[in-house]
Amino acid sequence: MSEGKRDDRREEKRDPAGTPEVGKGPEQPAAEQAHENLPTPAGERTVRQVGVRRGMFGVRGTGDTSGYGGLTQSIAFPGDAQRPYGGWYDDVADALEVATRGAGLDVAAPRVVIHRGEITFHVRPDDLPVVARALRDDERLRFELCSGVSGVHYPDDAGAELHAVYHLLSMSHNRRIRLEVAVPDADPRIPSLVPVYPTCDWHERETYDMFGIRFEGHPALTRILMPDDWPGHPQRKDYPLGGIPVEYKGGSVPPPDQRRSYN
Amino acid sequence: MSTDYYAASSEAADGRVFTVTGQDWDSIVEGIGEGLDGDESAEERVVVNMGPQHPSTHGVLRLILELEGETVTEARCGIGYLHTGIEKNMEYRSWVQGVTFCTRMDYLAPFFNEATYCLGVERLLGIEDDVPEKAQVMRVLLMELNRISSHLVCIATGGMEIGALTVMTIGFRERELVLDLFELITGLRMNHAFIRPGGVAQDLPPGALDEIRGFVALMKKRLPEYADLCNANPVFRARLDGVGHLDLEGCLALGITGPVVRSTGYPWDLRKSEPYCGYETYDFDVQTWDTCDAYGRFRVRLAEMWESLRIVEQAADRLARLDGAPVMVADRKIAWPSQLAIGSDGMGNSLDHIRHIMGESMEALIHHFKLVTEGFRVPPGQAYVPIEGPRGELGAHVVSDGGTRPARVHFRDPSFTNLQATSVMSEGGMVADVIVAIASIDPVMGGVDR
Repeated sequence: MSEGKRDDRREEKRDPAGTPEVGKGPEQPAAEQAHENLPTPAGERTVRQVGVRRGMFGVRGTGDTSGYGGLTQSIAFPGDAQRPYGGWYDDVADALEVATRGAGLDVAAPRVVIHRGEITFHVRPDDLPVVARALRDDERLRFELCSGVSGVHYPDDAGAELHAVYHLLSMSHNRRIRLEVAVPDADPRIPSLVPVYPTCDWHERETYDMFGIRFEGHPALTRILMPDDWPGHPQRKDYPLGGIPVEYKGGSVPPPDQRRSYN
Repeated sequence: MSTDYYAASSEAADGRVFTVTGQDWDSIVEGIGEGLDGDESAEERVVVNMGPQHPSTHGVLRLILELEGETVTEARCGIGYLHTGIEKNMEYRSWVQGVTFCTRMDYLAPFFNEATYCLGVERLLGIEDDVPEKAQVMRVLLMELNRISSHLVCIATGGMEIGALTVMTIGFRERELVLDLFELITGLRMNHAFIRPGGVAQDLPPGALDEIRGFVALMKKRLPEYADLCNANPVFRARLDGVGHLDLEGCLALGITGPVVRSTGYPWDLRKSEPYCGYETYDFDVQTWDTCDAYGRFRVRLAEMWESLRIVEQAADRLARLDGAPVMVADRKIAWPSQLAIGSDGMGNSLDHIRHIMGESMEALIHHFKLVTEGFRVPPGQAYVPIEGPRGELGAHVVSDGGTRPARVHFRDPSFTNLQATSVMSEGGMVADVIVAIASIDPVMGGVDR
């Protein structure tokens, strides 16, 4: 909501045909000084746009007369972090570069994102086993525990729709990092991490089950939560949700993604 | 061979299939014995499918055991029987409504599910430091009470599965007291949806602190009963000692946390190493044992209940000082607009609030309507704030695309991860020890399958 308001306000100011602000009505300095109306500090300006959000009510073409249906907001995820990252982030990044260079990688993590105090290393799919092994074994890294795999489907992230997210924990240094691997929907293959972190066994099966990401080299990549003969991968955004038939003039309750709701 | 419909045998492509429901293992012995007369190929090897409906598998867990006599040569788990698509459902509800869903995952630890989700949402909102102190203390209080009730169920059902029925009855007796406290504080025994993004749903009811203190005093008398009943009991010790062995290396490789890793002697506890909700300000110790077996896990849980009682006492003292303090963030764009109150027809929106929005302020009505129907927006990004659940590291990977609903919430449930240790803990052991090994992991299938 606050995002939308801020955009509106800027539009008004830029509008050349609009009347000057001074004579327009009671001034509201408090609102202008409010946290959500202040410009973003320079350091946080980098963002990565993934898709656009249109309207406010989800479904299109439902006779919206409020005017809010015309809203357009970009979906901007936190952008890449710049060196120096600060704190132990630099130590981990440096050690990772050194450790993976020995294994033949020029750049271990092409993109690094730091947001809300959490660091994310975006890794190329093919490099994942090398990076993970370095993270686990190197003296200065020692990420002994993998908290598992979490799949995320970004349908608007063209060419990298399916993401696999690994949370790693170093008990020796008490640090926590995140690895993120993105693969295209057309070719969703990621090397399995089971040889490095055996705990990924069930987690990769779950991610395969829910998103259809194929973890190559996994000892037995089968469905784990859904029945073996289940068609489709339910956590994907394009998975059909199915409505509820009601016995009234052949009508049915539409599935949640086709209902009118705030988005 | 048999007229018992529930224990009939049939021929399958790769061997004979027996359906056994208990008390009728004779049919298997007979069936296998049939082949022994002059048939050298008859073998001791039997594949047993146990569950998913079985009183000893700790929930709707299916075990596929390959037995060589009474020795387990291979143990596999079949899960998914309790999969309810909670994570998918949360993507079609507002951020606040998500709490109502995730509280149902690990149904023995509802407050932990709510807390890790809310901590993730709060981190994405950037309001971690704005959550009032009283809300954090109440979260700690509820989580520690919940840890006691969860450990009690673990010990109780674990006892039941090996035939120690008294352990079960006294375990559930004490758990009931904790659930009474939950009912008093949140209104519900389970599925509370009480911890919300920004704080907790409502303030402590009058008299709650006295009830909590009374409970702590009672538990201090009752907890020694468990030690008396089990620690020197030769039958109990014989069933648990050395069973389900898993050392620290195995735990780390398999990603196992919680009492299982602490039973190897490694004092790893997220309440100490990555404190959240102000745990760094409480005085408690991380309990360990050094036997790496089921008995060690039992002792760790027993000792952790004492530590939880210590934390509950400290939290109660703080709450006594915080009488009347806010329990929700001050930001009115996030905080739920209405407060609950007891009316003539039970619990509902407070009449003061109804009067305010219906009779006094149109803006307040609009604000209430927008926040309840649309909810707040969370800035795009992802967060993972793990907490120390009763079973280990519980974390919610919360992803927002800037909408009024989560783009994705994935729960890293310790039951799911820890259950992977079934094979290494039970292969090579006796079939009766499989039950003890799994009970010592304490998987809750609602959390495993979500």
